[in-house]
Amino acid sequence: MEKGRPGVGIANPGEPGELDSGTDAVPSTASIETFANRLQERFADLFTRCVIARGETTFELPVQHFIRVCRALRDEPEFAFKQLVDLCGVDYLSYGRSDWETSDAATSSGFSRAVERGEYTEQAWEGGRFAVVYHLLSHSHNQRLRLRVYTEGDPPKLPSVVEIWNVASWFEREAFDLFGILFEGHPDLRRLLTDYGFIGHPFRKDFPLIGRVEMRYDPEKQRVVYEPVSIESRTLVPRVIRGERQQPKQPASEESGDA
Amino acid sequence: MPEIRNFTLNFGPQHPAAHGVLRLVLEMDGEVIERADPHIGLLHRATEKLAESKPYNQSIGYMDRLDYVSMMCNEHAYVLAIEHLLAIEPPLRAQYIRVMFDEITRILNHLMWLGAHALDIGAMTVFLYAFREREDLMDTYEAVSGTRMHATYYRPGGVYRDLPGKMPQHQPSRFRSQQDTARLNGNRQGSLLDFIEDFTERFPRCVDEYETLLTDNRIWKQRTVGIGTVAPERALQLGFSGPMLRGSGIAWDLRKKQPYEVYDQLDFDIPVGVNGDCYDRYLVRIEEFRQSNRIIKQCIDWLRANPGPVIIEDHKIVPPRREEMKRDMEALIHHFKLFTEGYSVPEGEVYAAVEAPKGEFGIYLISDGANKPYRLKIRAPGFAHLSALDEMVRGHMLADVVAVIGTQDIVFGEVDR
Repeated sequence: MEKGRPGVGIANPGEPGELDSGTDAVPSTASIETFANRLQERFADLFTRCVIARGETTFELPVQHFIRVCRALRDEPEFAFKQLVDLCGVDYLSYGRSDWETSDAATSSGFSRAVERGEYTEQAWEGGRFAVVYHLLSHSHNQRLRLRVYTEGDPPKLPSVVEIWNVASWFEREAFDLFGILFEGHPDLRRLLTDYGFIGHPFRKDFPLIGRVEMRYDPEKQRVVYEPVSIESRTLVPRVIRGERQQPKQPASEESGDA
Repeated sequence: MPEIRNFTLNFGPQHPAAHGVLRLVLEMDGEVIERADPHIGLLHRATEKLAESKPYNQSIGYMDRLDYVSMMCNEHAYVLAIEHLLAIEPPLRAQYIRVMFDEITRILNHLMWLGAHALDIGAMTVFLYAFREREDLMDTYEAVSGTRMHATYYRPGGVYRDLPGKMPQHQPSRFRSQQDTARLNGNRQGSLLDFIEDFTERFPRCVDEYETLLTDNRIWKQRTVGIGTVAPERALQLGFSGPMLRGSGIAWDLRKKQPYEVYDQLDFDIPVGVNGDCYDRYLVRIEEFRQSNRIIKQCIDWLRANPGPVIIEDHKIVPPRREEMKRDMEALIHHFKLFTEGYSVPEGEVYAAVEAPKGEFGIYLISDGANKPYRLKIRAPGFAHLSALDEMVRGHMLADVVAVIGTQDIVFGEVDR
């Protein structure tokens, strides 16, 4: 079928194409660390925190330097983050908190946790409530980078990056829709995923999972009507936190790990 | 002079060429598109929010329902993310099984895409041909997981069970004679691997058939050449990935560039387009059929030669075997804890991406140490592609909108989530 394939070639990974200019074909742990070090040197006083874990680099940036850093990350050839892979909002409201009120919220008879709450302390989240997380990809260096920016104000606000990466348009609309984060400078910040005329921001942690309204067709009015939800929220599996975040108050005197 | 003004046309959400529930508001100047405004969200199920309320394993099934024509690839990204956080690695055999089923899924997806895309632009026959092969691949899904679509087959730590030694066979019934049954069971006499091998022997000729129908077809070329052209720079700006990016001439494939599982040990090539139009993307996907077929063959050879475990033995994460539970108290406790509470994942965040048939499918997972995800973000390739629809169709005719939707390989399960 060779004749029927004009214009499509097979990329030979052995030959250095225009994309693999002087970088490893596969990013190794060492290359990720050197790359992160280069980033840290370049943006020394512009970020607040840098975490390298599981082969992934995360930078936390203050809002005032955010756009400047993004532009540099895209345009400077030694970084060349030409693509924004993902943008998402995060609500840290109930971070690190487990469910304890199971008897009311669960089945009619409820169930017990077999452990008292007082035995444990939970660490709450220290940062701001809302953050926006950006995942960047540099095709020419084969590196990924995660940026986290905490929003400011109420309603939460952040400058838009649509000008820098055009794909951000819908991602920002989604984050606005689901979390109520306002992106200043976005050309067309409308709701994206929820229904026309929807009220609230459903992915916020204080928005109930079952929602607030339900809709049905009313044969008398001959149209769709919205009513408050008739179902009750319930927890089938309580949220249980184990590990470092939840420490026994006293040094464990007995084997009581089961919660 | 009559007043001339633009015409606003509503397209969908119930339109056969809308590939699900896409509503497009088109601003037209005659038959030329001035602006396209896709309205999505009609299939929004808040998968991410639902996942936050469930133990990790209970959300694997939701992943199948995102991009419901490439089911196992979605699962793959999700279990990879969990595995990275738990710092576990599946046995080698499980990795080969995953790769094999990823490629079967890629063929499944591209067959669906090819059939639907061709049907949209007026070629009926390809659809029937494509679904003929899809049926066999669905049977492999069924043989391995019990369901034909929503498999829930990948688990953190491996795959749920080993490949069956015997391929299930058709039974004669009121509607199917003994003769027909014998014919259908012809290639089902051996194991699942035998059945898949038989498929890989047949499949290259099937791809030739599709190409005979389309590649040099004048109507097909008139409808796709030069339509929806995207320059490489724009493709990066618009967040393209997968065949959409490769069609524009950028040789980028996560299976090569950031290999996961055992892709770095397999021999395959990455097809790349030149012009970045619908026709090049068609050619790229056709070549991916052949490359996927190659990968499956290599996986079959390896899996034949290397029996072994397909899931890790850590019973804090993976349920113990039934027989063990009958006589071992500890196994029973593990089972009970796993199915009531689940397992807690260490605190942290991770982004895991796989090269799904449509592009980069990523899962961003934040864990606060609980038995449920704190935040799960699904990065669906179709979402970024659809957001570029406006730019791709501007200046084209109304009929080309259908070609562009087709070439983007849009599935609303993943766009709306």
